[in-house]
Amino acid sequence: MSFWYDPRKRGIFFQLLIFIGVAILAGGLIYNTQHNLQSQNIATGFGFLSQEAGFEISETMMEYWSDDSYLQALKVGFLNTLKVGVIGNFLAIILGVIVGILRLSPNWPVAKLCKGYVEVIRNIPLLLQLLFWYSLFTEILPSVKEALSPIPGVFLTQRGFFYPSLVDHTIWPWVKGALLCGLILFFIIASVLKKKEERQGRKIKHWPYAMGLVIGLPALIWIIGGAPFQWDTPELTGFNFSGGSGISPEFAALLVGLVLYTAAFNAEIVRAGILSVDKGQWEAAESLGLNKFQVLRFIILPQSLRVVIPPMTSQILNLIKNSSLAVGIGYPDYVAVANTTMNQTGQAIEGVLLIMAVYLFFSLFSSLFMNLYHKRIQLQTRS
Amino acid sequence: MKENNLEKANEMKPEAHAHAPLQNIAIWLKKNLFSSPTNTMLSIVVISLFFMALGPMINWLLIDSVWQGSAQDCREATGACLVFIREKYQFILFGFYPREELWRPILSITLFVAFLWWSKEPKRWSRRLLWRWIKLLLLITLLMKGGILGLVHVPVDKWGGLPLTLLLSFFGLLFSYPLGIILALARTGKLPLIRILSVTYIELIRGVPMISLLFMASVMFPLFMPDGVSFPKLLRAQVAIIMFMSAYMAEVVRGGLMAIDQGQYEAADALGLNYWQKQIKIILPQALKIVIPPTVNTSIGMFKDTSLVVIIALSDLLMTTKTALKDANWLGFSMEAYLFTALIYFIFCFSMSRYSNRLEEEFSYGVNK
Repeated sequence: MSFWYDPRKRGIFFQLLIFIGVAILAGGLIYNTQHNLQSQNIATGFGFLSQEAGFEISETMMEYWSDDSYLQALKVGFLNTLKVGVIGNFLAIILGVIVGILRLSPNWPVAKLCKGYVEVIRNIPLLLQLLFWYSLFTEILPSVKEALSPIPGVFLTQRGFFYPSLVDHTIWPWVKGALLCGLILFFIIASVLKKKEERQGRKIKHWPYAMGLVIGLPALIWIIGGAPFQWDTPELTGFNFSGGSGISPEFAALLVGLVLYTAAFNAEIVRAGILSVDKGQWEAAESLGLNKFQVLRFIILPQSLRVVIPPMTSQILNLIKNSSLAVGIGYPDYVAVANTTMNQTGQAIEGVLLIMAVYLFFSLFSSLFMNLYHKRIQLQTRS
Repeated sequence: MKENNLEKANEMKPEAHAHAPLQNIAIWLKKNLFSSPTNTMLSIVVISLFFMALGPMINWLLIDSVWQGSAQDCREATGACLVFIREKYQFILFGFYPREELWRPILSITLFVAFLWWSKEPKRWSRRLLWRWIKLLLLITLLMKGGILGLVHVPVDKWGGLPLTLLLSFFGLLFSYPLGIILALARTGKLPLIRILSVTYIELIRGVPMISLLFMASVMFPLFMPDGVSFPKLLRAQVAIIMFMSAYMAEVVRGGLMAIDQGQYEAADALGLNYWQKQIKIILPQALKIVIPPTVNTSIGMFKDTSLVVIIALSDLLMTTKTALKDANWLGFSMEAYLFTALIYFIFCFSMSRYSNRLEEEFSYGVNK
């Protein structure tokens, strides 16, 4: 009798019971699976990854041919997911912050417009929105022959958007490098300036440094390289455009859909974050003579970050996870490539595991990163 | 409530000494639209942009649109093809359900919505309501399936459209809610092994997209089953939805459990209640009540996410829309079709989110915030 009245022992008993239950369930599933795989003659393991993929991928960020391996194809898909994830999150956060702030604007039409946008977008399934944008871009836009050209050199067609790009020249990689160096240098100098500002208690102008490093440095390299300036304009040859650069309708639809959808959620997060800051902070800042923009920029937004960061992290992850809906409109993201791989090789279990592994990697990686950031901006209180 | 401070400050307080209505409007306009030069400019720009966008939309939908005729008439017109909607709305809403039996899904949905409406008042929530819901769902299932009382049998794979979407999301909610509670209790409990199992499950599911679970349901579940046992795809998708939803529900419930004061646990212990008595009688009633608004929000998310079954080709509302668009006689009217379906989803989700807001206000009454 005493065994049942000792909570510790009882706890161990129940845990063992449940653990054994789960183990039996898992064992049964594994046994069934192995049995089924054997009877259907499906090989297990990831050996298939080195086989020839044999399918084309419509847009790639790295060299890929259909006789490359499945592993190579999955890498292409992974990079495509990463591309949508990075660009999409960047735009969705900017749009979200703007809409979130404007929703609290004292200007009635602006606030209501933003509210309407948020309400409509949030209450319609994302996949439906993606299909909508995709059909808008592929059916409503004119055919290649009658391409819409809002700005000379830019063409909007059913097959995608085409715009001029710069003709290759040996100096361009150097200019890009200079731009990158300039940006890094600027961030270093900005942090030094900020320390100086805090020490001296006066504002130091940042923009001369920004202009000099981010615009001046690349421009200097460009001029040294002979200032080449030649556009490669897309031209209609045969059935499609050649030259210039293009965005496929699949990518455009996915990006527009994801950005608009996620930004609506981000806007709500930003709004809640701003509202979480005590009203006294507004009043105090205004009585110090700061204007509206300064109040937001220096007083309210930094404080709201603490409330904003955790849900924003999950929205960033949501966008990456939602980009898997690309499979519904034919953009070759990781899931789409993995799905094709599964269908061709019949390696269902490995395929699903590969998909899950990559997204788990994303989610662990970004929550790690965000936790570090969150720690840095945590409120410093007296303890 | 603090959250509305700014908004309330922005709205005009009704003045006690009544102005003439026209004067009131003028004051309101001055305050909300033209309070400063910047605001005036902004208001004018936004309003004119709004009307510039609205004009072509009204043209497209109402003036240039085709209400009667054939696909050819539609192609010649510049406006929306509402004939397409008239032609296809039955299919979009009910899929391949036999035409002459359509009264059954219609009655089912009416019953469902009516009962949903009836049970929205918190004062009607009780255990009896839950039983009534289960009875109603059984009744609806029988009505849809038939085979008894002289009703023609309609196999499940003929079900489609709105009833399917509603069934997937509602059964999903019905099963994932208790599962979520159990997972949340396991995660916040003291037993380490069970906690690890629960945390692993929740984080694993929340870390992957729902599509991967649906793939799992469509290609992996058959491999898990012993010989000769197989389940229809719909049921497998339903299981995947429940698995997915319960992880999210668990996190919502956990939020409520964390918000309960430690003193409540101690008081329950002091009364000599055992674990389940403590949870069922003291902790859960409070915790679940706190998280009702986020629960509704999660449910809205899940309702939207059922549309993902399109990817594994189940004929839910979105799939029937896509199928309707593939009709060779009616190619090229995707805008009309998608907007129609979007409107249906919007009506459901928007009313649920309004409802969630109302509950939030009702429940925050008397709570210091």
